[in-house]
Amino acid sequence: MSSHAQGVKERVARGIARRYRRERNFRLAGLGAVLVGMAFLAFFFYTLIGNGYTAFLQTHILLEVELSESSIDPDGERDPQTLGRANYQGVIRNALMARFPQVEGRNDLRDLFALVSPGAGFELRNQVLANPELVGQTIRQWLVADDDVDMLVKGHMDRTAEESERRINDSQLGWIEQLEADGSVARHFNHRFFTSGDSRDPEMSGIWSAVVGSFFMLLVTLALSFPLGVATAIYLEEFAPKNRWTDLIEVNINNLAAVPSIVFGLLGLALFINFFGLPRSAPVVGGLVLTLMTLPVVIIAARASLMSVPPSIREAALGVGASKMQTIFHHVMPLALPGMLTGTIIGMARALGESAPLLMIGMVAFIVDVPESPLDPATALPVQVYLWADSPERAFVERTSAAILVLLAFLLVMNASAILLRKRFERRW
Amino acid sequence: MPSSTVLVALLGMTVVAYVLGRRRSVRAASNTGLTCHSLPGYYGSYVAIWCALPALLLYCLWQLAEPGFIRTQVLATMSAATLELPEAELGLVYNDIRNLVEGNIVSGEPSDEILAAASRYMSLQRISNLGLMLAVLIIGLTTLGWAFRRVEPGLRARNKVERSMELLLMAASTVAIFTTIGIFLSVLFEALRFFQQVSPLEFLFGLSWSPQTAIRPDQVGSSGAFGAVPLFAGTLLISGIAMLVAVPVGLMSAIYLSEYANPQVRSFAKPMLEVLAGIPTVVYGYFAALTVGPLLRQFGEGLGLSVSSESALGAGLVMGIMIIPFVSSLSDDVINAVPQDLRDGSYGLGATQSETIRQVILPAALPGIVGGILLAASRAIGETMIVVMAAGLAANLTANPLEAVTTVTVQIVTLLIGDQEFDSAKTLAAFALGLLLFVTTLILNIIALRVVRRYREQYE
Amino acid sequence: MSQATKVEKDTVPQVGAGTVEETSVPAAPDIRVVGDTYRTVGDYTSANPVVRARNVDVFYGDNHAIQNVSLDIGKNQVISLIGPSGCGKSTFIRCLNRMNDTIDIARVHGEILLDGEDIHARRMDVVMLRARVGMVFQKPNPFPKSVYDNVAYGPRIHGLARNRQELDRIVRSSLERAGLWTEVKDRLDEPGTGLSGGQQQRLCIARTIAVGPEVILMDEPCSALDPIATAHIEDLIDELKKNFAIVIVTHSMQQAARVSQRTAYFHLGRLIEVGDTDQIFTNPQHELTEDYITGRFG
Repeated sequence: MSSHAQGVKERVARGIARRYRRERNFRLAGLGAVLVGMAFLAFFFYTLIGNGYTAFLQTHILLEVELSESSIDPDGERDPQTLGRANYQGVIRNALMARFPQVEGRNDLRDLFALVSPGAGFELRNQVLANPELVGQTIRQWLVADDDVDMLVKGHMDRTAEESERRINDSQLGWIEQLEADGSVARHFNHRFFTSGDSRDPEMSGIWSAVVGSFFMLLVTLALSFPLGVATAIYLEEFAPKNRWTDLIEVNINNLAAVPSIVFGLLGLALFINFFGLPRSAPVVGGLVLTLMTLPVVIIAARASLMSVPPSIREAALGVGASKMQTIFHHVMPLALPGMLTGTIIGMARALGESAPLLMIGMVAFIVDVPESPLDPATALPVQVYLWADSPERAFVERTSAAILVLLAFLLVMNASAILLRKRFERRW
Repeated sequence: MPSSTVLVALLGMTVVAYVLGRRRSVRAASNTGLTCHSLPGYYGSYVAIWCALPALLLYCLWQLAEPGFIRTQVLATMSAATLELPEAELGLVYNDIRNLVEGNIVSGEPSDEILAAASRYMSLQRISNLGLMLAVLIIGLTTLGWAFRRVEPGLRARNKVERSMELLLMAASTVAIFTTIGIFLSVLFEALRFFQQVSPLEFLFGLSWSPQTAIRPDQVGSSGAFGAVPLFAGTLLISGIAMLVAVPVGLMSAIYLSEYANPQVRSFAKPMLEVLAGIPTVVYGYFAALTVGPLLRQFGEGLGLSVSSESALGAGLVMGIMIIPFVSSLSDDVINAVPQDLRDGSYGLGATQSETIRQVILPAALPGIVGGILLAASRAIGETMIVVMAAGLAANLTANPLEAVTTVTVQIVTLLIGDQEFDSAKTLAAFALGLLLFVTTLILNIIALRVVRRYREQYE
Repeated sequence: MSQATKVEKDTVPQVGAGTVEETSVPAAPDIRVVGDTYRTVGDYTSANPVVRARNVDVFYGDNHAIQNVSLDIGKNQVISLIGPSGCGKSTFIRCLNRMNDTIDIARVHGEILLDGEDIHARRMDVVMLRARVGMVFQKPNPFPKSVYDNVAYGPRIHGLARNRQELDRIVRSSLERAGLWTEVKDRLDEPGTGLSGGQQQRLCIARTIAVGPEVILMDEPCSALDPIATAHIEDLIDELKKNFAIVIVTHSMQQAARVSQRTAYFHLGRLIEVGDTDQIFTNPQHELTEDYITGRFG
């Protein structure tokens, strides 16, 4: 071995331990970075599920409710109008007083009445309207508890804390413990969360109107963005000459994909609402705005799937005398369709999670009623999350988390179906 | 009769046109014994297109012109006193009339004058709809007849139908252009109205932002202050923190996953990171506001620091997490595009893997990575929900990440939520901010897309 | 596989049966087949070896890419590896500096000694190994850095220069020895990717010799170059053999004849024949070698 080579060998050997240490550190840094992302994800789902799962149950209180004819239907005719107008909240109050006869005094009575949700009366009313035979009977009824009671029962409120520190005072706590002792407090599945609209009372609030609003919006978005996006992709990929104009369109599409969503909201406000006079808070406007936002996603995906159809297919069709249009619609499109659908579903999933532009066009309203058409005022699921996140009541925290879980479940289903679609129809040429 | 019935009628006519055109081509062929140039369906489509398109065009023009026409007609009959009202109040009156017609809630008890105007509005609308129906029918039938008579075996129906389809496709592709123009014009138009009230210089360089209009005229700052510098500073602070989180973590995880991780780890970790990208921003916002904010506050208290619960740090951290998958997937593409040759060259000289990555791959991938980072920055600047929920509302000019700052997007949202009037400087300011946001992100995006594109071409 | 099987069947009919048998065949007296193992014709050893490879097998997944190859690389000598595409010559030289480590599915068996040290031994470091066994690739692959930084890369990572002057000297002498100095001495700060193809390849050679290796492996270094650039590189190789042992993989038999002292003929993962270049090209012993050299296939 030459002396030069020997020198090289020695010098390399001298630095080698340090270099391997750096190598290991670098590798660890990479691993650390991946773990940061994963750790966040784990922490995120942990807190979300931890906060949210209790919202799927709701505390109820069992009371003997006397639906006396004198208070509900004094005429005795079972006229729905009369039945509907009766004071059911009063009936429930009587039931509470009967359960706790020792309670007296205005303030104490008010505290007692606060145990049951103000919404319980409406539910009782609906029950009687559906089944007028109940009038005159005394029924054992599970009534929705107030959100503070709910929080206490679920353990979100510390029973041992100072009275001034909690929203349930000592006498209320005493009554609740009495009720708990004889099994008159129980948690039932919270069907209201899935079937009702927003409400000021957390225990009566639900996501249904928001879900329907989101549904109408996505319907509009899908109906517009799929045909428009596919048409654009076909034009750009199959017909457009390569010139400045198509270049401009392409730059535009790529850029639109990166424009902040709130700017689309400003466009919706200025153009659709102020200029064209479309109604505020309507899913149709939200759908239009989301269409413009999703369009680039659909176009880019549709172009990619058109591009992946090999030219030999086109040549074969053209070779037997098909026109260009026939070639595309009879041969290329069927092969590219799964890819286009995948892209569209992913675009829809993104649109479903979008909320910033909807704030701009007034879809942040307090919506109790379930919208019946895309023109009715509505809100969307992510906006409902935003609204609840802003509410001070502790009970809305778990509802927000639960609404997020529902939203994430929708997104999961959509993305999973996109992946399945891709797997099922993926073709290698 | 709502105007949608006109569309239904038109649709019916189009179907009839298709059937007629098709049948005529088949008959013509059997009568003359000639072979038609195209398949019968194309003749049907030919007549249908001729029947539908001109009428549809008329319908659209009519719908655009109608509201203005009715407005002038209705207002013309109103009393001079009403007409002398300023433009804004006149608009409110007119809104009342329309609300009355549509059966919505009206402000106050409507006066007789308004009731009369409303009934006039209704009759005008009825007349307009009737006229539209007639016009569409006449135009549709005329063009239908014209196209129908042109159907003969020699007519190149397929070419004409395909040509019109191509035009349709082309029209669809211009939607992207019109969207950009629409965004630009609508934001610019309102922003210009804002700049008539507030000088652009004050807006761009002013140090104080308090857009609240005063309740009492003698209140301090009753005119509102519209110096946007604190907003820019806040935006930059939060996006800066976000980039500080996202760039190293995103880049390092891309490097780890594409250069080090074995296939099993990669096939698990990559989709997991992509889940981060799929989480809606409102969820991140909720998380930042309810979990990260209080956590940081507690942590700060432990260290004896006062951390605002709406600190820039909290919003920035969560925003950074949100952008991680964005940076990592872009970097991943870019790193994988670096040719294997270069890696081999470096390993062949005895470089370790990290030396190869740091000194050969990253410099080679740098333009692409920079492009990706610029796109990520543009996303951070435009991100709305996280900051709306987790950042402050007050415009503090500070570089301290533990304090609450506000951002451009937060102000756009707060200025526009629940505000109906469109003439106050307060609402218009939102559009000026929007213009600024749009232009900034546009420039960032165009530079980034250029850089990335050129990088791709280099290795293709 | 078809050609090999055919030829072997012509010469050694029993091969298919897999019987252990030694047969002498008049046309190639040294051929012996033991089971499926082939014994190389000619002397694969060298009087003064830097690298001694013995019974090397390489697998890419299930593909047996190299079968039982033994070969010595002599000091201050150029050995060329020839053979049809896919015969394993590139795979073989990639074993010599363990470049196959970078391919996940590759497995190497057998013994390879560098100056008597086993390169697969635990105490042999792959970084050190590659500093001692440099490699030049088929396609010129300068780093996207300046000419200077390209050459300085190796010395920098290995810490071969104590200071800037020393680094300058290494860069300059490497470029000079690669015959590139006069062409690039005014363009040291320009990107290496801006040079012409031939210059790029000489830059890659300069980059390799800057580390001061004992062996330089060249994997078809001229296949992407024009004839003039190729002539340049060939002159350079001739010059370099004064200091280095050089292994060159080439598709061009003329090139092998021009630059090398020894030649090894590979066929379908087997080393068929080794010998002095003159002898291989004038008087090949094995039928396959002869067929290849006379251009019957390849």
